[in-house]
Amino acid sequence: MTSPTVSLRSVAVRKPGALILRSIDLELAPGSATALFGANGSGKTTLLRVVATLLRPSTGTGEVLGAPLGTAAVETVRKRIGLVGHDTTLYPNLTLGENLELAASIVLGRSARTEAHQALEQVGLAAAVDRRAARSSNGMKRRVEFARLLIVAPDLLLLDEAHVGLDPDASKLVEHLITDVTSRGGSALVVAHEEERVKPIVDRTLTLVDGILAGAAS
Amino acid sequence: MRMRSQIRTLLRFELRDEFRGGEVGLVVVPFAVVALLTIPMAVGIDTPLLERIGPGIYWSIIMLFGVLVTQRQSSTAPTAARDMLRLAGVDPAARFAATTLATFVLLVAFEIGAGLATVALYSPALDSWWPLAALLPLTAAGLAMIGTIAGNIVSGLETKTSLVALIVVPIAVPLLLGAAQATEGLRVGAGILRWVLLLAIVDVVLAVAGVLTARPLEESPR
Repeated sequence: MTSPTVSLRSVAVRKPGALILRSIDLELAPGSATALFGANGSGKTTLLRVVATLLRPSTGTGEVLGAPLGTAAVETVRKRIGLVGHDTTLYPNLTLGENLELAASIVLGRSARTEAHQALEQVGLAAAVDRRAARSSNGMKRRVEFARLLIVAPDLLLLDEAHVGLDPDASKLVEHLITDVTSRGGSALVVAHEEERVKPIVDRTLTLVDGILAGAAS
Repeated sequence: MRMRSQIRTLLRFELRDEFRGGEVGLVVVPFAVVALLTIPMAVGIDTPLLERIGPGIYWSIIMLFGVLVTQRQSSTAPTAARDMLRLAGVDPAARFAATTLATFVLLVAFEIGAGLATVALYSPALDSWWPLAALLPLTAAGLAMIGTIAGNIVSGLETKTSLVALIVVPIAVPLLLGAAQATEGLRVGAGILRWVLLLAIVDVVLAVAGVLTARPLEESPR
């Protein structure tokens, strides 16, 4: 039996004055896409950061891509995780091309201008390579983040409300990223509000209510 | 990617971002020059007095306005950008070094700009000017490291802008003391070696602290 991409057991996250996540049990199977719904403040982003190994749980255990959470081993699997969150990661005064080149150069361990430009072409931004991030729309910035994922080719894809504000072409790009990851045996966890839009492209849905995984459906 | 290569890549892009933004050149330096100008306006055209207080005023301005340089966007980068670098496999020590080096370059440029304004407004008479070639970078390096460590500490906190200043200024006091006393030594012809050594020791301590705390601060819960 193939081990799950992500496995969380009784995970809780406590921040000063608040319990954000309570006793979360979660498994993401290889080749699966899961949607996570929930009201604002229910803990979706926090759960995504735990799965991304960026936030250590206050209690509980788990593994991500085989690395136990809370250990140094997570640093060795981080390059296999692709995350697109709410906020842009782009430097405002660098061009879209330079921003992607920076991310790609670090991930690939060498100068990666060609790969960056090719990826921008794939997401429909070939004509905007030299446009500064500060002068680009949110949709364009989001596409650059997707282009980064095309270069990273992650085994674990984490999208936090990635559909918000996207035009139909960019939405198709999200679907392509999810299909690509799952077809390679990886897993995707997609945080969203628009159930109708996301349900057709995932295998199952989960709902977070006040930090508790309240419901699951396939 | 080897650490040195990560530092080079990050430094190159950070500096490009900062120079294009022009915040230091277009905002901080002119603001500091205005501050330098207010003292002669307040005390009047008292040339001997201005010559005497000029170096001290200069270093105070460098400390206080240098905080603005250390607060630049990339050293107190938003959580998302830090997350991206963590997932890309950037070594925390490499990020500390790259951010510090970028801030160092900007601070040296700021010191030179403010220094020229100080010479024009206060006409300080120093016995020797060449030791400034060591004092300026030593002070800039210390301030840059304090700023980067403070940025790492407050990363992800809502009150980060004001907290950086609160952390940087008190820790920078030995730098202000060393730089101001060394420059005073140059003015009156006294020895400055002990003050230069103080600056060098503070820099070494900060470098060790910065590298050692980079990973724990980055991995601490936010």
